[in-house]
Amino acid sequence: MAEASNPAAIRAEAIESLLIEKGLITAAEVDEVVERYNERIGPLNGARVVARAWRDAAFKQALLQDATAAVAPFEFEGGQTEKLVVVENTATVHNVVVCTLCSCYPWAMLGLPPRWYKDPAYRSRIVREPRRVLAEFGVQLEPDVEVRVWDSSAEVRYLVLPQAPVNAAQLADDELVARVTRDAMIGVERFV
Amino acid sequence: MDGIHDLGGKQGFGAVLREADEPVFHARWESRVFGLNLVGAGGAARNRDHFRHAIERIDPVAYLTHGYYGRWLGGVETMIVEAGILDTAAITGRALELGASPDDRIASQPSSKPDHVDYEPLEPGNRRLVTAPARFRTGDRVRTCDRGTRGHTRLPGYARGRRGIVVAMHDGWVYPDTNAHGRGENPQHLYTVAFDGVELWGPEAESRVVVHLDLFEPYLERSDG
Repeated sequence: MAEASNPAAIRAEAIESLLIEKGLITAAEVDEVVERYNERIGPLNGARVVARAWRDAAFKQALLQDATAAVAPFEFEGGQTEKLVVVENTATVHNVVVCTLCSCYPWAMLGLPPRWYKDPAYRSRIVREPRRVLAEFGVQLEPDVEVRVWDSSAEVRYLVLPQAPVNAAQLADDELVARVTRDAMIGVERFV
Repeated sequence: MDGIHDLGGKQGFGAVLREADEPVFHARWESRVFGLNLVGAGGAARNRDHFRHAIERIDPVAYLTHGYYGRWLGGVETMIVEAGILDTAAITGRALELGASPDDRIASQPSSKPDHVDYEPLEPGNRRLVTAPARFRTGDRVRTCDRGTRGHTRLPGYARGRRGIVVAMHDGWVYPDTNAHGRGENPQHLYTVAFDGVELWGPEAESRVVVHLDLFEPYLERSDG
């Protein structure tokens, strides 16, 4: 079994078992945390916020002004969003989020980050050659579009508000939510 | 510290590799390391800054090759050993019993003279009241300090000694540079500063790029131009 032969897996088990024997943690409390992040926290939270902003101009205004307060009524769990800032894509602005020093990410809005977000390639390159990286993700930006990179170097967390689909008014709420992708909220996908 | 973690602008890492239908955790051990840290690592985890600095100090080869949760494992073990809860030999001994090889690279590099964080957070979260007035305002031109530190900092190397403009103010926050080392929460005003791509990367910069960083007041001085 791959798991058993992985040195990190073995070392993690060594540490967990020793802490349990000392009575400092229980397997059940670790299980509970894992289950919470596996089952209940994910990008659907952010998608609901974005879809609402697409639908409701007053909410969008509030979100761009003070996202922390605007999302508070949703009562998302998951931490890492003590202060949330939502940045808006327009015809002439494209936003993209990174954390070059570690892997800060708005957990409560998007769940835990995908592996590429935490890997050295993305963290090193997106601040230096964002147009090239975005092109690799399939986002071809015209030269007149300004690229705004947000390097999450403190406890502020960033979420990109993508451009609304042109037929937003014709879509039902759940269809609108389904249009919002995690990658668009990080800023490595662009609609329109 | 000028560690391997400070990746912004480094070159040579190649394409960003994506994965379709990625699971939250790729293996059970990743979820155990995640959970272990979130429950406080047996009392060793003191605050976020302390944990981040523990990760920054792991073996740099492991940092690049053990993956995100491998880095977390290195950080968690560093905190546990430095707190005196377990020693490295005991962990390695148990790992050998469980089938580890003596040649395995160990990420953790605990200090023999570690800092201790001997206080609990004064309040939940990291926002704090700062009574001193903010030195800068939105629209101010600022320059980041140009010195490195052996300790923890949230000013990335690529933005040292660079000029930018304050575009947002975020009131007071726990100061990572002291809190990571147990030298107090020492809250500071926090600002979002926008840097032009050319200021950061010179003439080779891509056109129309602005990079934003959230920077603590001690990192900044006023800039004339």
